[in-house]
Amino acid sequence: MTISRRTIALAAGGVLLALVPPVAALTNQPFYVDLFRRVMIFALAAVSLDLILGYGGMVSFGHAAYLGIGAYAVGIPAFYGVDNGWLQWGLAIAASALAATVIGAISLRTSGVSFIMITLAFAQMLYYLGISLETYGGDNGMRLSGRSRFGGPLDLREPAIFYYVVLAILVLFLALGNRLVASRFGMVIRAAKSNEPRARAIGFSLFRYKLTAFVIAGGAGGLAGALLANQTEYLTPDFMHWTRSGEIMFMVILGGMGTLFGPVIGAVVLLLLEDVLSALTAHWQIILGPILILVVLFAKRGLFGLLVGAEPRDG
Amino acid sequence: MADALLAIRGLSKRFGGLLASDRIDLDVARGETHAIIGPNGAGKTTLISQLAGDLRPDAGSIRFADQDVTRLDAPHRARRGLARSFQVTSIFRDFSALDNVALAVQAHTGQSFRFWRAARAEPALREPARAALEAVGLGGRAHVRAANLAHGEQRQLEIAMALATEPRLLLLDEPVAGMGLEESQRMVRFLATLKRRITIVLVEHDMDAVFTLADRISVMVYGRIIATGTPPEVRGNEDVRRAYLGEDQA
Ligand SMILES: Nc1ncnc2c1ncn2[C@@H]1O[C@H](COP(=O)(O)OP(=O)(O)OP(=O)(O)O)[C@@H](O)[C@H]1O
Ligand SMILES: [Mg+2]
Repeated sequence: MTISRRTIALAAGGVLLALVPPVAALTNQPFYVDLFRRVMIFALAAVSLDLILGYGGMVSFGHAAYLGIGAYAVGIPAFYGVDNGWLQWGLAIAASALAATVIGAISLRTSGVSFIMITLAFAQMLYYLGISLETYGGDNGMRLSGRSRFGGPLDLREPAIFYYVVLAILVLFLALGNRLVASRFGMVIRAAKSNEPRARAIGFSLFRYKLTAFVIAGGAGGLAGALLANQTEYLTPDFMHWTRSGEIMFMVILGGMGTLFGPVIGAVVLLLLEDVLSALTAHWQIILGPILILVVLFAKRGLFGLLVGAEPRDG
Repeated sequence: MADALLAIRGLSKRFGGLLASDRIDLDVARGETHAIIGPNGAGKTTLISQLAGDLRPDAGSIRFADQDVTRLDAPHRARRGLARSFQVTSIFRDFSALDNVALAVQAHTGQSFRFWRAARAEPALREPARAALEAVGLGGRAHVRAANLAHGEQRQLEIAMALATEPRLLLLDEPVAGMGLEESQRMVRFLATLKRRITIVLVEHDMDAVFTLADRISVMVYGRIIATGTPPEVRGNEDVRRAYLGEDQA
């Protein structure tokens, strides 16, 4: 059995991410633990978006909504002194999955541009809802009194521990996603993306499958939001702003739609570029834009496609 | 007709000022191959789409296997045994030929809320799919990306997908269109092997195919069925000769 470039790339990526805390400690640059934790949190959001966007062809332009819901699901209990992590994170997943059920049930009845606009509109609605929540800081948002508590050795105040918790969640989600896209369920949503009339004609009632995928992606987005609130120890309605949704979509496209692992690369590259370029110039977006356009034009499966080559044909 | 598998009554569909289906009554018997012929724009595809559930009729009813299916959508009808091919080839282009058919098997065998096991490793999906590919003559092309198949092969693939759903009624919209002579003869021979086992509604412009395969023929003009009968009856029908056959047959 030969080991594919894909397997090598994935293993290398995993090892590199795992090495960040010790390397940061050795070089006395704790900042990198913070930076890469943030990268992985956005990677989780981007991978979850890829499930519906890249595999299911659902161009949801409101994925940041779930980040926000997840963040508030941590922040609001914390505001009332409830800092149990299981409860906060469970609530984050449940609330965002519920929101995704409602948003999906409505938006999935449309397609094309209408679908994009409806998902965007829902996210903006939630954004304004966040602004209107004066108790929780309105448009200024609010500080988190402390990170989620899990008891035992799982102390998120410890940067490296928090880092490995995020890494473990990301790896777990990638592993589950990897099974999912190859399963019967995954084949249905991919078929729906490939040719919807054909998928219907052979007997797939697509709505329920798409909605399920939409809810899974929303729940994972909510978990990313809970992590993000812990990361910044702060939350604001800006988590839900449409530019944030656009950024997550950028990561997916840059890394490679429908590659599952590509969005992780997309998150790494986008956030690092942002970090580097914004130090050079305030107009860093002017540099970022053309890079994205080049990738879209010349790399069909994004950076991941460039890295591992053509899709393996196991059909 | 007592043993009609498909019974269409008063089916009407209007596109703006155009009556694409004009009070169509039609029975298709179990085991019959029923051809529908007619000039371009007569409304044949519109009829097929309404039978498949892709298009809602404005009026009328469709009974299939003694049940009213007029209000059922396409996936539900497919699961009851109605399969269609499209006039413009419709396949999952970025999947292999085998994947295409395995998806059809999966749709037919029900349960798709399965998230764990790799679908491509399920013999229950792959083996029937392979058999269907063999049946249409694509056995050696199983792992070719559907987009890379020749046009004729893509048409065969579409038939294989339809067959993989084990249909009781096959709706074929111009299955040999765009095929070379040899290819189309091969397809006709293959369709002939399905006769009796599967009821077929065949829309086709190729008169050789129609007269080889059809037990009965309905002639459609301007959304209306102007005649139905056996091939000799239709060939002899004056109205038909004037309205249609005269153009390219007489
Ligand atoms: N969705 C639609 N909207 C408006 N008009 C339509 C639509 N679909 C079909 N038509 C019109 O209805 C008429 C019947 O079209 P249909 O495709 O059913 O004909 P057909 O008999 O299949 O023709 P052909 O032999 O060329 O395939 C045509 O005049 C066509 O332009
Ligand atoms: Mg037609």
